[in-house]
Amino acid sequence: MAVLEVRDLQKHFGGTDVLKGVSFSVEQGQVVAIIGSSGSGKTTLLRCLNFLETADAGQILVNGLPLTGPGLTPAQIRANRKHFGLVFQNFNLFPQYTVLENITLAPTLEKSDTPQAIHSRAMTLLEQVGLAHKWDAYPHQLSGGQQQRVAIARALALEPQVLCFDEPTSALDPELTGEVLRVIRGLKDTGTTMIVVTHEMEFARNVADLVIYMADGVIQEMGTPEAVFDHPQTEKTRSFLRAAHQSY
Amino acid sequence: MFLPVTLALLAGFWQTIQVFVLTLLFSLPLGLVVCFGAMSPFAPVRLPVRWFVWVIRGTPLMLQLMIIFYGPGLLFGLPAMSRFWATVLAFSVNYACYFSEIYRGGIASIPAGQYEAGQVLGMTRSQIFFRVVLLQVIKRILPPVSNEVITLVKDTSLARVIGIYEIIWAGESFIKKGLIWPLFYTGVFYLIFSGLLTVFFNRMEEKLSYFKG
Repeated sequence: MAVLEVRDLQKHFGGTDVLKGVSFSVEQGQVVAIIGSSGSGKTTLLRCLNFLETADAGQILVNGLPLTGPGLTPAQIRANRKHFGLVFQNFNLFPQYTVLENITLAPTLEKSDTPQAIHSRAMTLLEQVGLAHKWDAYPHQLSGGQQQRVAIARALALEPQVLCFDEPTSALDPELTGEVLRVIRGLKDTGTTMIVVTHEMEFARNVADLVIYMADGVIQEMGTPEAVFDHPQTEKTRSFLRAAHQSY
Repeated sequence: MFLPVTLALLAGFWQTIQVFVLTLLFSLPLGLVVCFGAMSPFAPVRLPVRWFVWVIRGTPLMLQLMIIFYGPGLLFGLPAMSRFWATVLAFSVNYACYFSEIYRGGIASIPAGQYEAGQVLGMTRSQIFFRVVLLQVIKRILPPVSNEVITLVKDTSLARVIGIYEIIWAGESFIKKGLIWPLFYTGVFYLIFSGLLTVFFNRMEEKLSYFKG
C-alpha cells in the first residue's frame, strides 16, 4: 500500500486556481522529485500536504487513512502534520537556539520521549548530516548549507513518514548545494520517503524514483526519470526541459 | 541648606519612583493585552481597541490625568480616586497604548517562516509564540522600549497637575526662598536615574546579542 496517496487535490486563492486536481501516490522509501516553473503549484502542493494551506477539495491519505475533511480542529491539523516533515527554502531555523536545541525543541515540547533519548537521537541525526561538531553553534554562525542540513535533522527528529523539501538548495550559493543534495541522497539510502520540489534537474534524474512535472496547477507528466527526461510525452514538458537545460 | 533640600527632593523623588515602578509594572503586561486586541482578526475587538489607542496616543497625558482624577466625580458623582492611584492608572493606560504599538511592530516584523517552521514541527500557537517568537520580539523591541521607559522617568513630573508632590514640585518650592540651584539639583536626580536605566538596557541588549534575528 502507498504510504501517501493524493487524490484530486484542489486549491484556489481568490479567483486563481493554483491546484486544479492533483493526484499521485508515493510508495514507502520512494523519492519523488517535483519539477516545474515557478507558479506551477509545486510549493502550494507541499504546503497543502503539511497543512500550512488547507486544500479546497480532494483527499490526502497516509497509509490509507484520510487526513482531509471538512472542519478540521487545530489539534487534528497538528496531528496530521506529524505525518509530514518540511524543509524550507530559507531554512527557518530558530535563531535564539543552538543547533542541538533547534532539533530537540519540538520533540521536547511534545514529550515524545525521555530527554536523554531525544538528546541522543538529535546527536545521531547531527552525525548523519555531518554537523555533530557544530551542536552548540548558533544558526548565524553557520553557512547556508550547514543551516539547511540542520533544518533537515530538525525535521527528521519527529520521524515523519514523508519528508518534504521546498526547493532546498535555491537559497544557497552554488558551491553549497552539493553538501545538501548529498545529505538528501544519503537519506534515500536509509529508506526515507521524500518529496523534493527542485530546480536541480541532474539531482532529480539521478536520485528520484518518480519525477512529476507540474504546470498550471496540474501534473503534466509523471514517470521514472528516464521516461520524463529522455522520452517526454508532451510538448510542454519538452519545452520546459529544453529551457531548464539551457539555463544550467 | 544642602541637607534640607536633599531631604525634600528625596521625598519628591520617592513619589516619582513609585509612579515610575508601578506604571511599568502595569503597563508592560497591559500593553501586550492591548496589542493582542489590536491584532485580533475579530473586528468588533480590533476596531474599538485601535480607536482607543488612537485616542490615548493622540491626546496629552496631562489631559488624561485630569480627566481620570476629576472625571468620575464631576461626570458621575462617584467618589474620587486617591491622587496617587489616579496617577498610576492614567500613566499605566497611556504607556500600555504606546507599548502595545511597539509590541505590534515587533511581532509583525518576525518572518512568517518562523511561525511556519513551528507549525510543521507540530507546535501549538502558544508554544510558537512563547518558545519561538517572543525572545526574538524582545530583542527587536528593546531599543524602542528603553526609549519609552526613559521618557516615562521624565513624564512622571506631569503628575503634579493633580497634586502629586513629585521631585520638580519639591525643587520649585525653594524658588520662593530665592534658591534656583535646587531645580538644577532635581536634574541631577533625573540624570542619574536615566543613566542607570541606560546602563541596564545596554546590558540587556548585550545579553541578547548572542543571536542574530
